[in-house]
Amino acid sequence: MISDWTLWLEWLIKSLVMIFALLGGFIFLTYFERRALARMQTRIGPNRAGPFGLFQPFADAIKLIFKEEFTPIHADKIVFFLAPILTVVPSLIIAAVIPIAPTTELFGRTISFAVADINVGILYLMSIASISVYGIVLAGWSSNNKYAMLGGLRSSAQMISYELALGFCFVMVILLGNSMSLNEIVVAQKDMWFAVIQPTGAILFFIVVLAEVNRAPFDMPEAEQELTAGFHSEYSGMKFSLFFMAEYQKMIVVSMITAVLFFGGYRELWFMTDWFNGALSVDRFWFLGPVYLLIKVVILLFVMIWTRATWPRIRYDRLMSFGWKVLLPLSLALVFITAVGIVLADVLKSVLYFWSIPVVSIMLGLFAVAVVQWSLRSKFHGRS
Amino acid sequence: MTIDLLLFLTLALVAVATALGMVTSKNTVYSALFLVLNFATVAVFYILLGAPFIAMSQITVYAGAIMVLFLFVIMLLGTERLNSANILPWQRPLAIILAVILTVEAGYLLIFKSNPTAMVNAPDASINTIGSLQSLGMALFTDYLLPFEATSILLLVAMVGAIILSKQDKNEKGGAK
Repeated sequence: MISDWTLWLEWLIKSLVMIFALLGGFIFLTYFERRALARMQTRIGPNRAGPFGLFQPFADAIKLIFKEEFTPIHADKIVFFLAPILTVVPSLIIAAVIPIAPTTELFGRTISFAVADINVGILYLMSIASISVYGIVLAGWSSNNKYAMLGGLRSSAQMISYELALGFCFVMVILLGNSMSLNEIVVAQKDMWFAVIQPTGAILFFIVVLAEVNRAPFDMPEAEQELTAGFHSEYSGMKFSLFFMAEYQKMIVVSMITAVLFFGGYRELWFMTDWFNGALSVDRFWFLGPVYLLIKVVILLFVMIWTRATWPRIRYDRLMSFGWKVLLPLSLALVFITAVGIVLADVLKSVLYFWSIPVVSIMLGLFAVAVVQWSLRSKFHGRS
Repeated sequence: MTIDLLLFLTLALVAVATALGMVTSKNTVYSALFLVLNFATVAVFYILLGAPFIAMSQITVYAGAIMVLFLFVIMLLGTERLNSANILPWQRPLAIILAVILTVEAGYLLIFKSNPTAMVNAPDASINTIGSLQSLGMALFTDYLLPFEATSILLLVAMVGAIILSKQDKNEKGGAK
Protein backbone atom coordinates (compact mmCIF):
# COMPACT_ATOMS: atom_id res chain seq x y z
CA MET A 1 0.00 0.00 0.00
CA ILE A 2 1.54 3.24 -1.12
CA SER A 3 0.75 6.04 1.23
CA ASP A 4 -0.23 9.40 -0.10
CA TRP A 5 2.84 11.34 0.94
CA THR A 6 5.26 9.16 -1.04
CA LEU A 7 3.32 9.99 -4.18
CA TRP A 8 3.58 13.70 -3.40
CA LEU A 9 7.28 13.24 -2.67
CA GLU A 10 7.78 11.48 -6.01
CA TRP A 11 6.06 14.31 -7.89
CA LEU A 12 8.03 16.92 -5.98
CA ILE A 13 11.37 15.23 -6.70
CA LYS A 14 10.58 14.70 -10.37
CA SER A 15 9.44 18.30 -10.84
CA LEU A 16 12.47 19.71 -9.05
CA VAL A 17 14.86 17.51 -11.04
CA MET A 18 13.24 18.59 -14.31
CA ILE A 19 13.29 22.31 -13.43
CA PHE A 20 16.88 22.27 -12.19
CA ALA A 21 17.99 20.21 -15.19
CA LEU A 22 16.49 22.85 -17.49
CA LEU A 23 18.01 25.72 -15.50
CA GLY A 24 21.44 24.09 -15.47
CA GLY A 25 21.07 23.26 -19.13
CA PHE A 26 20.25 26.91 -19.87
CA ILE A 27 23.36 28.11 -18.01
CA PHE A 28 25.73 25.88 -19.92
CA LEU A 29 23.93 26.12 -23.24
CA THR A 30 24.73 29.85 -23.39
CA TYR A 31 28.40 29.01 -22.84
CA PHE A 32 28.25 26.15 -25.35
CA GLU A 33 26.61 28.34 -27.98
CA ARG A 34 29.11 31.17 -27.60
CA ARG A 35 32.09 28.86 -27.75
CA ALA A 36 30.74 26.86 -30.70
CA LEU A 37 29.80 30.00 -32.64
CA ALA A 38 33.22 31.48 -31.90
CA ARG A 39 34.94 28.35 -33.18
CA MET A 40 32.87 28.38 -36.38
CA GLN A 41 33.70 32.06 -36.94
CA THR A 42 37.42 31.49 -36.12
CA ARG A 43 37.25 33.50 -32.92
CA ILE A 44 38.16 32.37 -29.41
CA GLY A 45 34.98 33.23 -27.54
CA PRO A 46 34.66 33.64 -23.75
CA ASN A 47 37.75 32.07 -22.17
CA ARG A 48 38.68 34.35 -19.27
CA ALA A 49 36.38 33.46 -16.37
CA GLY A 50 37.50 30.15 -14.86
CA PRO A 51 38.99 27.19 -16.75
CA PHE A 52 38.10 27.46 -20.47
CA GLY A 53 35.77 30.31 -19.53
CA LEU A 54 33.37 27.88 -17.85
CA PHE A 55 32.34 30.45 -15.21
CA GLN A 56 31.26 32.96 -17.86
CA PRO A 57 27.50 32.15 -17.48
CA PHE A 58 27.68 32.85 -13.73
CA ALA A 59 29.44 36.13 -14.35
CA ASP A 60 26.72 37.05 -16.85
CA ALA A 61 24.00 36.10 -14.38
CA ILE A 62 25.51 38.28 -11.64
CA LYS A 63 25.84 41.18 -14.06
CA LEU A 64 22.19 40.87 -15.16
CA ILE A 65 20.89 40.64 -11.58
CA PHE A 66 22.61 43.89 -10.58
CA LYS A 67 21.58 45.84 -13.67
CA GLU A 68 18.99 48.58 -13.37
CA GLU A 69 15.50 47.55 -14.35
CA PHE A 70 13.81 50.13 -16.48
CA THR A 71 10.11 50.43 -17.30
CA PRO A 72 9.12 52.82 -20.12
CA ILE A 73 6.90 55.64 -18.89
CA HIS A 74 3.80 54.85 -20.97
CA ALA A 75 4.21 51.10 -20.82
CA ASP A 76 1.32 49.01 -19.53
CA LYS A 77 2.87 48.23 -16.12
CA ILE A 78 0.96 45.05 -15.26
CA VAL A 79 1.31 43.39 -18.66
CA PHE A 80 4.91 44.57 -18.94
CA PHE A 81 5.60 42.75 -15.67
CA LEU A 82 3.62 39.63 -16.62
CA ALA A 83 5.04 39.10 -20.11
CA PRO A 84 8.46 37.66 -19.11
CA ILE A 85 6.75 35.30 -16.66
CA LEU A 86 4.29 34.17 -19.33
CA THR A 87 7.25 33.42 -21.58
CA VAL A 88 9.25 31.41 -19.06
CA VAL A 89 6.46 29.31 -17.55
CA PRO A 90 5.40 27.46 -20.76
CA SER A 91 9.04 26.75 -21.58
CA LEU A 92 9.36 24.96 -18.22
CA ILE A 93 6.03 23.14 -17.95
CA ILE A 94 6.16 21.75 -21.49
CA ALA A 95 8.90 19.40 -20.28
CA ALA A 96 6.48 17.74 -17.83
CA VAL A 97 5.39 14.98 -20.20
CA ILE A 98 8.83 14.05 -21.56
CA PRO A 99 10.01 10.64 -20.34
CA ILE A 100 13.75 10.47 -19.55
CA ALA A 101 14.04 6.76 -18.71
CA PRO A 102 11.89 3.63 -19.06
CA THR A 103 9.27 2.87 -16.44
CA THR A 104 11.13 0.97 -13.74
CA GLU A 105 10.57 -0.90 -10.49
CA LEU A 106 12.48 1.12 -7.92
CA PHE A 107 12.23 1.30 -4.12
CA GLY A 108 9.50 -1.32 -4.29
CA ARG A 109 7.24 0.67 -6.60
CA THR A 110 6.74 1.41 -10.27
CA ILE A 111 8.18 4.77 -11.24
CA SER A 112 7.61 6.37 -14.61
CA PHE A 113 10.38 8.81 -15.41
CA ALA A 114 8.23 11.64 -16.65
CA VAL A 115 6.73 14.23 -14.34
CA ALA A 116 3.30 13.28 -15.74
CA ASP A 117 2.97 10.32 -18.08
CA ILE A 118 -0.45 11.28 -19.44
CA ASN A 119 -2.18 9.55 -22.33
CA VAL A 120 -2.68 12.81 -24.25
CA GLY A 121 1.00 13.76 -24.07
CA ILE A 122 1.26 14.98 -27.66
CA LEU A 123 -1.83 17.13 -27.32
CA TYR A 124 -0.32 18.60 -24.17
CA LEU A 125 2.80 19.55 -26.14
CA MET A 126 0.62 21.09 -28.83
CA SER A 127 -1.45 23.14 -26.38
CA ILE A 128 1.52 24.46 -24.42
CA ALA A 129 3.33 25.30 -27.67
CA SER A 130 0.28 27.22 -28.82
CA ILE A 131 -0.01 29.33 -25.64
CA SER A 132 3.70 30.13 -25.47
CA VAL A 133 3.18 32.91 -28.03
CA TYR A 134 1.35 35.10 -25.47
CA GLY A 135 4.47 36.19 -23.60
CA ILE A 136 6.12 37.52 -26.74
CA VAL A 137 3.01 39.23 -28.12
CA LEU A 138 2.22 40.89 -24.80
CA ALA A 139 5.82 41.97 -24.29
CA GLY A 140 5.69 43.66 -27.67
CA TRP A 141 2.35 45.33 -27.00
CA SER A 142 2.99 46.51 -23.44
CA SER A 143 6.38 48.09 -24.19
CA ASN A 144 4.71 51.06 -25.94
CA ASN A 145 7.33 50.87 -28.67
CA LYS A 146 6.62 50.44 -32.38
CA TYR A 147 9.59 48.14 -32.95
CA ALA A 148 8.64 45.91 -30.05
CA MET A 149 5.03 45.84 -31.26
CA LEU A 150 6.05 44.83 -34.77
CA GLY A 151 8.25 42.09 -33.32
CA GLY A 152 5.37 40.75 -31.26
CA LEU A 153 2.95 40.80 -34.21
CA ARG A 154 5.48 39.08 -36.45
CA SER A 155 6.07 36.36 -33.92
CA SER A 156 2.37 35.65 -33.46
CA ALA A 157 1.82 35.44 -37.23
CA GLN A 158 4.85 33.20 -37.60
CA MET A 159 3.95 30.86 -34.76
CA ILE A 160 0.34 30.45 -35.91
CA SER A 161 1.50 29.67 -39.45
CA TYR A 162 4.08 27.10 -38.44
CA GLU A 163 1.83 25.46 -35.87
CA LEU A 164 -0.15 23.80 -38.67
CA ALA A 165 2.88 21.95 -40.03
CA LEU A 166 3.84 21.13 -36.43
CA GLY A 167 0.44 19.56 -35.91
CA PHE A 168 0.81 17.41 -39.02
CA CYS A 169 4.25 16.23 -37.83
CA PHE A 170 2.61 15.18 -34.56
CA VAL A 171 -0.02 13.29 -36.57
CA MET A 172 2.73 11.34 -38.36
CA VAL A 173 4.23 10.30 -35.04
CA ILE A 174 0.83 9.37 -33.62
CA LEU A 175 0.16 7.18 -36.68
CA LEU A 176 3.52 5.44 -36.43
CA GLY A 177 3.51 5.06 -32.65
CA ASN A 178 -0.20 4.24 -32.44
CA SER A 179 -0.48 6.28 -29.26
CA MET A 180 -0.44 9.84 -27.92
CA SER A 181 1.52 8.95 -24.81
CA LEU A 182 5.17 9.93 -25.23
CA ASN A 183 6.36 6.93 -23.25
CA GLU A 184 4.53 4.53 -25.57
CA ILE A 185 5.90 6.40 -28.60
CA VAL A 186 9.44 5.85 -27.32
CA VAL A 187 8.71 2.18 -26.67
CA ALA A 188 7.32 1.87 -30.20
CA GLN A 189 10.71 2.99 -31.52
CA LYS A 190 12.42 -0.05 -29.98
CA ASP A 191 12.97 -1.71 -33.34
CA MET A 192 13.37 1.34 -35.54
CA TRP A 193 13.55 5.08 -35.03
CA PHE A 194 10.75 7.07 -36.60
CA ALA A 195 13.44 9.28 -38.16
CA VAL A 196 14.39 6.31 -40.33
CA ILE A 197 10.81 5.45 -41.26
CA GLN A 198 9.89 9.08 -41.94
CA PRO A 199 13.18 10.96 -42.64
CA THR A 200 11.61 13.96 -44.35
CA GLY A 201 9.14 14.21 -41.50
CA ALA A 202 11.96 14.40 -38.95
CA ILE A 203 13.79 17.13 -40.88
CA LEU A 204 10.55 19.02 -41.41
CA PHE A 205 9.73 18.78 -37.71
CA PHE A 206 13.14 20.17 -36.85
CA ILE A 207 12.66 23.11 -39.25
CA VAL A 208 9.22 23.82 -37.79
CA VAL A 209 10.38 23.78 -34.18
CA LEU A 210 13.22 26.13 -35.11
CA ALA A 211 10.53 28.53 -36.30
CA GLU A 212 8.39 27.87 -33.21
CA VAL A 213 11.17 28.83 -30.81
CA ASN A 214 12.20 31.80 -32.99
CA ARG A 215 15.72 30.56 -33.59
CA ALA A 216 17.90 31.59 -36.51
CA PRO A 217 17.24 31.55 -39.45
CA PHE A 218 13.64 32.19 -38.37
CA ASP A 219 14.34 34.78 -35.64
CA MET A 220 12.15 37.44 -37.25
CA PRO A 221 10.65 38.75 -33.95
CA GLU A 222 14.08 40.05 -32.93
CA ALA A 223 15.64 40.91 -36.28
CA GLU A 224 18.26 43.44 -35.20
CA GLN A 225 18.62 45.25 -38.51
CA GLU A 226 14.89 45.88 -38.82
CA LEU A 227 13.48 46.02 -35.29
CA THR A 228 16.46 46.86 -33.01
CA ALA A 229 15.82 43.93 -30.66
CA GLY A 230 12.16 43.21 -31.44
CA PHE A 231 9.80 42.34 -28.62
CA HIS A 232 12.40 42.69 -25.84
CA SER A 233 13.76 46.10 -26.93
CA GLU A 234 12.50 47.79 -23.78
CA TYR A 235 13.43 45.09 -21.32
CA SER A 236 16.50 45.24 -19.12
CA GLY A 237 17.98 43.54 -16.08
CA MET A 238 16.28 40.40 -14.76
CA LYS A 239 13.23 40.80 -17.00
CA PHE A 240 15.45 40.65 -20.06
CA SER A 241 17.29 37.66 -18.67
CA LEU A 242 13.96 35.87 -18.23
CA PHE A 243 13.35 36.20 -21.99
CA PHE A 244 16.88 35.01 -22.59
CA MET A 245 16.32 32.06 -20.26
CA ALA A 246 13.03 31.16 -21.95
CA GLU A 247 14.68 31.10 -25.38
CA TYR A 248 17.43 28.72 -24.31
CA GLN A 249 15.12 26.51 -22.27
CA LYS A 250 12.83 26.26 -25.28
CA MET A 251 15.83 25.17 -27.35
CA ILE A 252 16.59 22.39 -24.87
CA VAL A 253 12.95 21.33 -24.59
CA VAL A 254 12.33 21.18 -28.34
CA SER A 255 15.52 19.17 -28.74
CA MET A 256 14.18 16.75 -26.14
CA ILE A 257 10.83 16.60 -27.96
CA THR A 258 12.51 15.98 -31.33
CA ALA A 259 14.64 13.25 -29.76
CA VAL A 260 11.60 11.63 -28.15
CA LEU A 261 9.37 11.78 -31.23
CA PHE A 262 11.82 10.85 -33.97
CA PHE A 263 15.14 9.68 -32.51
CA GLY A 264 14.08 7.08 -30.00
CA GLY A 265 14.04 9.25 -26.87
CA TYR A 266 15.86 7.57 -24.01
CA ARG A 267 16.42 4.35 -26.00
CA GLU A 268 19.78 3.33 -27.40
CA LEU A 269 20.33 2.95 -31.15
CA TRP A 270 17.88 0.29 -32.31
CA PHE A 271 20.59 -2.17 -33.43
CA MET A 272 22.56 -1.78 -30.20
CA THR A 273 20.01 -3.55 -28.02
CA ASP A 274 21.73 -6.94 -28.24
CA TRP A 275 25.33 -5.76 -28.01
CA PHE A 276 27.36 -7.15 -25.05
CA ASN A 277 24.36 -9.25 -23.95
CA GLY A 278 22.25 -6.13 -23.70
CA ALA A 279 24.69 -4.31 -21.41
CA LEU A 280 24.11 -1.09 -23.35
CA SER A 281 20.33 -1.41 -23.35
CA VAL A 282 18.00 0.68 -21.25
CA ASP A 283 15.91 -2.44 -20.71
CA ARG A 284 18.67 -3.71 -18.44
CA PHE A 285 20.00 -0.50 -16.92
CA TRP A 286 17.36 2.20 -16.65
CA PHE A 287 19.93 4.87 -15.69
CA LEU A 288 21.40 4.74 -19.20
CA GLY A 289 18.19 6.40 -20.43
CA PRO A 290 19.01 9.96 -19.31
CA VAL A 291 22.55 9.54 -20.69
CA TYR A 292 21.31 8.56 -24.16
CA LEU A 293 18.72 11.35 -24.11
CA LEU A 294 21.39 13.86 -23.09
CA ILE A 295 23.68 12.77 -25.94
CA LYS A 296 20.86 13.15 -28.47
CA VAL A 297 19.85 16.54 -27.05
CA VAL A 298 23.42 17.85 -27.19
CA ILE A 299 23.76 16.73 -30.82
CA LEU A 300 20.47 18.42 -31.75
CA LEU A 301 21.48 21.60 -29.90
CA PHE A 302 24.75 21.61 -31.78
CA VAL A 303 22.83 21.35 -35.06
CA MET A 304 20.73 24.36 -33.98
CA ILE A 305 23.86 26.41 -33.25
CA TRP A 306 25.44 25.22 -36.48
CA THR A 307 22.32 26.35 -38.35
CA ARG A 308 22.55 29.77 -36.74
CA ALA A 309 26.20 30.10 -37.75
CA THR A 310 25.53 28.95 -41.31
CA TRP A 311 22.36 30.58 -42.60
CA PRO A 312 21.41 34.24 -42.78
CA ARG A 313 17.97 35.29 -41.59
CA ILE A 314 15.19 34.46 -44.04
CA ARG A 315 13.18 37.40 -45.44
CA TYR A 316 9.78 37.82 -43.77
CA ASP A 317 7.55 37.34 -46.84
CA ARG A 318 9.57 34.27 -47.81
CA LEU A 319 9.26 32.96 -44.26
CA MET A 320 5.48 33.11 -44.50
CA SER A 321 5.26 31.64 -48.00
CA PHE A 322 7.73 28.91 -47.01
CA GLY A 323 5.49 27.98 -44.10
CA TRP A 324 2.22 28.05 -46.01
CA LYS A 325 3.22 26.97 -49.51
CA VAL A 326 6.01 24.46 -48.84
CA LEU A 327 5.90 23.07 -45.31
CA LEU A 328 2.11 22.76 -44.98
CA PRO A 329 1.46 20.83 -48.24
CA LEU A 330 4.59 18.75 -47.74
CA SER A 331 3.60 17.75 -44.21
CA LEU A 332 0.08 16.92 -45.36
CA ALA A 333 1.50 14.70 -48.13
CA LEU A 334 3.79 12.99 -45.62
CA VAL A 335 0.87 12.28 -43.29
CA PHE A 336 -1.00 10.82 -46.27
CA ILE A 337 1.78 8.45 -47.34
CA THR A 338 2.38 7.39 -43.73
CA ALA A 339 -1.26 6.49 -43.28
CA VAL A 340 -1.46 4.71 -46.65
CA GLY A 341 1.73 2.74 -45.96
CA ILE A 342 0.54 1.59 -42.55
CA VAL A 343 -2.90 0.58 -43.84
CA LEU A 344 -1.49 -1.26 -46.89
CA ALA A 345 1.04 -3.15 -44.76
CA ASP A 346 -1.75 -4.09 -42.39
CA VAL A 347 -4.31 -5.15 -44.99
CA LEU A 348 -2.00 -6.90 -47.49
CA LYS A 349 0.15 -8.43 -44.72
CA SER A 350 3.38 -7.31 -46.34
CA VAL A 351 6.15 -5.29 -44.68
CA LEU A 352 7.19 -4.14 -48.15
CA TYR A 353 4.47 -1.50 -48.16
CA PHE A 354 5.58 -0.26 -44.77
CA TRP A 355 9.12 0.22 -46.08
CA SER A 356 7.82 2.14 -49.04
CA ILE A 357 7.09 4.98 -46.56
CA PRO A 358 10.75 6.11 -46.20
CA VAL A 359 11.35 5.78 -49.95
CA VAL A 360 8.35 7.90 -50.92
CA SER A 361 9.14 10.27 -48.04
CA ILE A 362 12.67 10.95 -49.33
CA MET A 363 11.33 11.35 -52.87
CA LEU A 364 8.78 13.90 -51.68
CA GLY A 365 11.44 15.76 -49.73
CA LEU A 366 13.73 15.98 -52.77
CA PHE A 367 10.78 17.11 -54.89
CA ALA A 368 10.01 19.91 -52.41
CA VAL A 369 13.64 21.03 -52.42
CA ALA A 370 13.62 21.04 -56.23
CA VAL A 371 10.42 23.13 -56.31
CA VAL A 372 11.86 25.66 -53.87
CA GLN A 373 15.07 25.89 -55.90
CA TRP A 374 13.13 26.37 -59.11
CA SER A 375 10.85 29.05 -57.70
CA LEU A 376 13.81 30.93 -56.19
CA ARG A 377 15.61 30.84 -59.55
CA SER A 378 12.68 32.06 -61.59
CA LYS A 379 10.13 34.70 -60.73
CA PHE A 380 10.42 35.24 -56.97
CA HIS A 381 14.10 35.93 -57.00
CA GLY A 382 13.83 39.68 -57.00
CA ARG A 383 11.81 41.75 -54.56
CA SER A 384 8.31 41.91 -55.95
CA MET B 1 -12.30 13.91 -2.92
CA THR B 2 -11.86 16.96 -0.73
CA ILE B 3 -8.91 18.11 -2.80
CA ASP B 4 -11.07 17.87 -5.91
CA LEU B 5 -13.78 19.91 -4.23
CA LEU B 6 -11.30 22.53 -3.03
CA LEU B 7 -9.78 22.74 -6.50
CA PHE B 8 -13.23 23.07 -8.05
CA LEU B 9 -14.31 25.86 -5.71
CA THR B 10 -11.10 27.83 -6.27
CA LEU B 11 -11.29 27.43 -10.02
CA ALA B 12 -14.99 28.26 -10.08
CA LEU B 13 -14.20 31.48 -8.26
CA VAL B 14 -11.43 32.26 -10.76
CA ALA B 15 -13.69 31.42 -13.70
CA VAL B 16 -16.48 33.73 -12.48
CA ALA B 17 -14.02 36.50 -11.62
CA THR B 18 -12.31 36.34 -15.00
CA ALA B 19 -15.67 36.29 -16.80
CA LEU B 20 -16.72 39.42 -14.91
CA GLY B 21 -13.34 41.00 -15.57
CA MET B 22 -13.67 40.27 -19.25
CA VAL B 23 -17.05 41.99 -19.48
CA THR B 24 -16.27 45.00 -17.31
CA SER B 25 -12.72 45.81 -18.33
CA LYS B 26 -12.32 48.97 -20.41
CA ASN B 27 -9.20 47.81 -22.20
CA THR B 28 -9.88 45.23 -24.91
CA VAL B 29 -6.48 43.58 -24.49
CA TYR B 30 -7.29 43.01 -20.82
CA SER B 31 -10.67 41.60 -21.82
CA ALA B 32 -8.98 39.17 -24.19
CA LEU B 33 -6.51 38.11 -21.49
CA PHE B 34 -9.29 37.55 -18.97
CA LEU B 35 -11.06 35.39 -21.54
CA VAL B 36 -7.88 33.34 -22.06
CA LEU B 37 -7.65 32.75 -18.30
CA ASN B 38 -11.32 31.77 -18.29
CA PHE B 39 -10.68 29.21 -21.07
CA ALA B 40 -7.76 27.82 -19.10
CA THR B 41 -9.87 27.34 -15.96
CA VAL B 42 -12.61 25.67 -18.00
CA ALA B 43 -9.95 23.33 -19.42
CA VAL B 44 -8.97 22.37 -15.87
CA PHE B 45 -12.66 21.66 -15.17
CA TYR B 46 -12.63 19.21 -18.07
CA ILE B 47 -9.58 17.48 -16.58
CA LEU B 48 -11.36 17.24 -13.22
CA LEU B 49 -14.32 15.66 -15.04
CA GLY B 50 -12.01 13.06 -16.58
CA ALA B 51 -11.93 14.38 -20.16
CA PRO B 52 -8.29 15.29 -20.85
CA PHE B 53 -8.73 15.24 -24.63
CA ILE B 54 -11.38 17.95 -24.53
CA ALA B 55 -9.29 19.93 -22.05
CA MET B 56 -6.25 19.92 -24.32
CA SER B 57 -8.36 20.74 -27.40
CA GLN B 58 -9.92 23.62 -25.47
CA ILE B 59 -6.52 25.11 -24.72
CA THR B 60 -5.09 24.48 -28.20
CA VAL B 61 -8.06 25.74 -30.18
CA TYR B 62 -9.48 28.53 -28.05
CA ALA B 63 -6.60 29.85 -25.95
CA GLY B 64 -3.88 28.98 -28.44
CA ALA B 65 -5.36 29.80 -31.82
CA ILE B 66 -8.54 31.87 -31.63
CA MET B 67 -7.56 34.23 -28.82
CA VAL B 68 -4.12 34.79 -30.35
CA LEU B 69 -5.89 35.88 -33.53
CA PHE B 70 -8.17 38.15 -31.48
CA LEU B 71 -5.16 39.76 -29.81
CA PHE B 72 -3.48 40.04 -33.21
CA VAL B 73 -6.45 41.91 -34.67
CA ILE B 74 -6.85 44.14 -31.60
CA MET B 75 -3.21 45.15 -31.73
CA LEU B 76 -3.12 45.53 -35.51
CA LEU B 77 -6.15 47.84 -35.56
CA GLY B 78 -5.02 49.68 -32.42
CA THR B 79 -8.46 49.47 -30.78
CA GLU B 80 -7.24 48.88 -27.23
CA ARG B 81 -9.43 51.60 -25.69
CA LEU B 82 -13.20 51.53 -25.97
CA ASN B 83 -14.76 54.94 -26.39
CA SER B 84 -18.29 55.44 -25.13
CA ALA B 85 -19.61 56.55 -28.57
CA ASN B 86 -19.31 53.00 -29.83
CA ILE B 87 -21.55 51.48 -27.17
CA LEU B 88 -24.89 50.45 -28.68
CA PRO B 89 -27.87 52.09 -26.88
CA TRP B 90 -30.16 49.05 -26.94
CA GLN B 91 -27.48 46.59 -25.87
CA ARG B 92 -27.73 47.11 -22.10
CA PRO B 93 -31.53 46.68 -21.66
CA LEU B 94 -31.53 43.68 -24.00
CA ALA B 95 -28.69 42.06 -22.06
CA ILE B 96 -30.51 42.61 -18.77
CA ILE B 97 -33.74 41.07 -20.12
CA LEU B 98 -31.95 38.02 -21.50
CA ALA B 99 -29.94 37.56 -18.29
CA VAL B 100 -33.17 37.67 -16.22
CA ILE B 101 -34.80 35.07 -18.50
CA LEU B 102 -31.78 32.77 -18.19
CA THR B 103 -31.65 33.11 -14.40
CA VAL B 104 -35.38 32.43 -14.03
CA GLU B 105 -35.10 29.38 -16.29
CA ALA B 106 -32.15 27.94 -14.41
CA GLY B 107 -33.78 28.67 -11.05
CA TYR B 108 -37.05 27.03 -12.14
CA LEU B 109 -35.24 23.88 -13.22
CA LEU B 110 -33.16 23.71 -10.05
CA ILE B 111 -36.06 24.28 -7.66
CA PHE B 112 -39.03 22.51 -9.27
CA LYS B 113 -37.33 19.51 -10.87
CA SER B 114 -36.45 16.92 -8.27
CA ASN B 115 -33.15 15.77 -9.80
CA PRO B 116 -31.57 18.33 -12.13
CA THR B 117 -28.49 16.24 -12.95
CA ALA B 118 -30.67 13.43 -14.32
CA MET B 119 -31.64 15.68 -17.25
CA VAL B 120 -28.12 15.54 -18.61
CA ASN B 121 -27.15 12.30 -20.28
CA ALA B 122 -23.91 11.31 -18.59
CA PRO B 123 -21.33 10.05 -21.06
CA ASP B 124 -20.70 6.36 -21.31
CA ALA B 125 -18.34 5.17 -18.59
CA SER B 126 -16.06 3.55 -21.17
CA ILE B 127 -15.14 6.98 -22.56
CA ASN B 128 -13.55 7.93 -19.27
CA THR B 129 -11.21 4.95 -19.13
CA ILE B 130 -7.57 4.84 -20.19
CA GLY B 131 -8.33 4.28 -23.86
CA SER B 132 -10.49 7.37 -24.05
CA LEU B 133 -8.83 8.58 -27.26
CA GLN B 134 -9.40 5.27 -29.02
CA SER B 135 -13.03 5.13 -27.93
CA LEU B 136 -13.50 8.78 -28.90
CA GLY B 137 -12.07 8.12 -32.35
CA MET B 138 -14.23 5.02 -32.76
CA ALA B 139 -17.35 6.95 -31.77
CA LEU B 140 -16.52 9.81 -34.14
CA PHE B 141 -15.90 7.60 -37.14
CA THR B 142 -18.74 5.11 -36.61
CA ASP B 143 -21.78 6.44 -34.74
CA TYR B 144 -21.20 10.14 -35.44
CA LEU B 145 -19.65 9.92 -38.92
CA LEU B 146 -22.27 12.09 -40.64
CA PRO B 147 -22.10 15.02 -38.17
CA PHE B 148 -18.30 14.76 -38.21
CA GLU B 149 -18.10 14.97 -42.00
CA ALA B 150 -20.76 17.69 -42.10
CA THR B 151 -18.66 19.75 -39.66
CA SER B 152 -15.57 19.30 -41.80
CA ILE B 153 -17.46 20.48 -44.89
CA LEU B 154 -18.79 23.45 -42.94
CA LEU B 155 -15.25 24.43 -41.95
CA LEU B 156 -14.06 23.98 -45.54
CA VAL B 157 -16.86 26.20 -46.83
CA ALA B 158 -15.99 28.87 -44.28
CA MET B 159 -12.35 28.76 -45.36
CA VAL B 160 -13.18 28.96 -49.06
CA GLY B 161 -15.56 31.84 -48.30
CA ALA B 162 -12.82 33.76 -46.50
CA ILE B 163 -10.43 33.24 -49.41
CA ILE B 164 -13.02 34.38 -51.96
CA LEU B 165 -13.85 37.51 -49.94
CA SER B 166 -10.20 38.54 -49.74
CA LYS B 167 -9.65 37.76 -53.45
CA GLN B 168 -12.59 39.93 -54.53
CA ASP B 169 -11.25 42.81 -52.50
CA LYS B 170 -7.92 42.54 -54.31
CA ASN B 171 -9.54 42.44 -57.76
CA GLU B 172 -11.65 45.54 -57.10
CA LYS B 173 -8.58 47.45 -56.01
CA GLY B 174 -6.75 46.31 -59.14
CA GLY B 175 -9.70 47.42 -61.30
CA ALA B 176 -9.79 50.88 -59.73
CA LYS B 177 -6.20 51.46 -60.75
